[in-house]
Amino acid sequence: MPIPFPFSAVVAQEEMKRSLLIAAIDPSIGGVLVFGDRGTGKSTAIRGLAALLPKMRAVDCTYNCDPDAPEDALCADCRAKKGPLKSRQVPVPVVDLPLGATEDRVIGALDLERALTKGEKAFEPGLLARAHRGFLYIDEVNLLEDHLVDSLLDVAASGENLVEREGLSIRHPARFVLVGSGNPEEGELRPQLQDRFGLSVEVKTPQDLPTRMKVVRLRDEFERDPAAFVHKWKSKDAKVRKLIEKAKDLLKTVTVPDATLEDAGRLCIKLGTDGLRGELTLIRAARALAALHGDTEVTQKHLKSIATSALRHRLRRDPLDESGSTSRVERAVVELFGA
Amino acid sequence: MSTAVVTGERPPQAASPWEDAVLAAALMTVDPIGTGGVALRALAGPVRDQWLSIMRDLQPEDAPQRRIPLHVSDGRLLGGLDLAATLSAGRPVAERGLLVEANGGVIELAMAERIAPGTVARLTSAFDFGEVVLERDGLAMRNPSRFALVALDEGVGEDEGLLNALSDRLAFHLELTHIRVHEAIACDYDAADLLDARTRLPSVTITDEQIEALCGTALVLGIPSLRASIFACRAACAAAALAERSEVTDADLSVAGRLVLAPRATQLPPMEPPPDAEPPPPEPEEPDQNQNQNNEQQEPQELEDQILEATKAAIPAGLLAQLQMGKLRRSRSRATGKAGAVQNAQTRGRPAGVLHGEPRAGLRLNVVETLRAAAPWQRLRREERARSGQPSTRIEVRQDDFRITRFKHKSETTTIFVVDASGSSALHRLAEAKGAVELLLADCYVRRDKVALVAFRGQGADVLLPPTRSLVRAKRSLAGLPGGGGTPLASGIDLGMILADSVKRRGGTPVLILMTDGRANVARDGSGGRTRANDEALAAARVVRSLEITALVIDTSPRPQQQGRDLAREMGAVYLPLPHADANSLTQAVRATSG
Repeated sequence: MPIPFPFSAVVAQEEMKRSLLIAAIDPSIGGVLVFGDRGTGKSTAIRGLAALLPKMRAVDCTYNCDPDAPEDALCADCRAKKGPLKSRQVPVPVVDLPLGATEDRVIGALDLERALTKGEKAFEPGLLARAHRGFLYIDEVNLLEDHLVDSLLDVAASGENLVEREGLSIRHPARFVLVGSGNPEEGELRPQLQDRFGLSVEVKTPQDLPTRMKVVRLRDEFERDPAAFVHKWKSKDAKVRKLIEKAKDLLKTVTVPDATLEDAGRLCIKLGTDGLRGELTLIRAARALAALHGDTEVTQKHLKSIATSALRHRLRRDPLDESGSTSRVERAVVELFGA
Repeated sequence: MSTAVVTGERPPQAASPWEDAVLAAALMTVDPIGTGGVALRALAGPVRDQWLSIMRDLQPEDAPQRRIPLHVSDGRLLGGLDLAATLSAGRPVAERGLLVEANGGVIELAMAERIAPGTVARLTSAFDFGEVVLERDGLAMRNPSRFALVALDEGVGEDEGLLNALSDRLAFHLELTHIRVHEAIACDYDAADLLDARTRLPSVTITDEQIEALCGTALVLGIPSLRASIFACRAACAAAALAERSEVTDADLSVAGRLVLAPRATQLPPMEPPPDAEPPPPEPEEPDQNQNQNNEQQEPQELEDQILEATKAAIPAGLLAQLQMGKLRRSRSRATGKAGAVQNAQTRGRPAGVLHGEPRAGLRLNVVETLRAAAPWQRLRREERARSGQPSTRIEVRQDDFRITRFKHKSETTTIFVVDASGSSALHRLAEAKGAVELLLADCYVRRDKVALVAFRGQGADVLLPPTRSLVRAKRSLAGLPGGGGTPLASGIDLGMILADSVKRRGGTPVLILMTDGRANVARDGSGGRTRANDEALAAARVVRSLEITALVIDTSPRPQQQGRDLAREMGAVYLPLPHADANSLTQAVRATSG
């Protein structure tokens, strides 16, 4: 596998980097959608993040079950085992869903090799199983085939994958953080899928010379000698990893006062977001952000800072409002909480 | 800086387009992965053939060369299960896709201007990560796939061309259209030179000042993508390696400017750059490294001017004229098809792949694909049947194997007429508009399109005719359309747009046709006042553009007015002044817009 560009060496794009970190700190937020200009380091940042994520404890089973999970979140093998589950440290899986993937590889199917050579029926887990407890990354998510999107939505909503094939009936946990990237020029994303993403980020090409130079220079250096470049950035990447670890520990103790809950509610009402998902995500994201900053209480400051990322993709399109959804959220934040 | 260009090179501006085209082929060969490849815009013909044969001859002997046809299947492009080999071997055998076969070589992409976004996305992901990640037909593999791409763009005119996602990843953009056959002759390089240059490439150095100059030039020319700047650096390094140098010189920078930056320019550099336009960023930590390189002392600004000079000379004349007229190219995705957006369908249209599913409700079973899907499982199923004591059939096909053909068809076009029925648009115009709608409707009957009619006058706008194919209903509602009163232009546009949006949501393709003299004098709330009415109309027009609705503005005033033109511009619409519009010419214009 080619060496990924280090996460900490990605220049600018602060909102994208912050959102990815928040999704890594609290997987229940529901992932990140990165939409924007070509050549802005969307997939570079995601692959870079994969390389630095702290390891996790997992049972030695097909699905990397969490040893501390309640029984109904375990796979069939782990449930059948008696006594405490043995676990080991494994890297957090970051699984690519490439375009052109077929349904059998995504949701899992019969093991072709064993069927052909031994005439046995055996289940071969797909990408969704591999992504359990980790990240599922879809580049060019807006070009994904509709039928794949449908199966994805179903699994993402239930946290469980159900496979019925050749008389096999398999049910296994599949909880993953969905990370999608794409370019709006190539087509819009279906609103149902858009809503599944916790945070949404818009990236733009930096327009100032020093930043652009820095990007070009770093990229040039990386391409000349990737290994040396990664080594050079190793300590900075390690710092980011520590930051994630610390925030993950802190997350459980971060409190959300009633005043903040009320603020979040007021903001969602003002923007007219559908359902409660927006509000829930806003609170969770603000809590993860507080943890990232080392704060123990979620305040209006955190809400204000994360509101655009958490809400901009949940607004109903208003044909009479010509400004984009980003500025609509920003406007509402200023009107409610002041600049 | 006069000392800089004493390397014995010919002055950069003097290179002919053909020489530059050959140089691009050479540079691509020196650094295939760093530069991505070439977007070659030319019709098929002797000049293109000559360039391609030169490019092929320049490749190292063992480098694979592949050609990807327009409608390549996923299996062939990415790889998949080789069914014949799998069945005869009795174990899964993978077939390598074109992208993997071309690893270390060159891919030619035929008719690249018509290629589907999905195919481009597969190509570009191989580009970006240097490997093909395969998750198909029960196979999961990663194979290296690093190649240079030559995209053959046979597009004609502004609208037809490579998808931005693809052209952005190719360093060199060449246009061979204006090169005559007798100019396209030889090339001064041979494959061995290029191999030498390739080995020299890693040791070529480029200074920070030179990088800054290239980035600055890209900014001044209005090139947003950062890849362009990165490519310019790679191209400059490759040019230096080709010229047997270990340091990038001014000549190399101007090569990069000409071949990489010039074709991407979207704006002209200001004639007199303001003195404080590009303050060189202070870099106190980097004192002058004492390299004995004579261009080291140059200020980035000077260097930038120099690249700009060379680049400007290479910007095609047509572009200059266009840019000067203020016709900035909008960064809008180029559609690869025409007219009605392509949509997935289940029962009719052009076949577009197969899908797992059952043949019911009119869905068509794809027999070949179904048998393909069933083939690997035959042994397993036969044994299973034998165990349960049932007689075995010759081929065991089960429900899981059913594959249905998926079709794509053009979505239905709905033409929405927004007609100004106010007093200022004289009454006979209304009669002409009515005539046009009737004519179109007859035409739509043949094309299976729909028509809707919105009229605005007095205080507001009304939908006179919801989207319909019925000639009778249309005629009846048209006949009753009254005229006179003020011009609530904004309300008319709003209503037309809401209608268009709802058509879009149902999966149709709306075409908005606005017939007006552009003289708004009633605001949305029904109150009078030209200024406010006009501002509101322009704002409404901008929303139409933001929703990317295809639109046509027909100026019906006796003498074409600036207002109509402004309105069309804000709407992103085609502007058509028809001071003497008659039903026939209207119909022709509409047909031309909606394709």
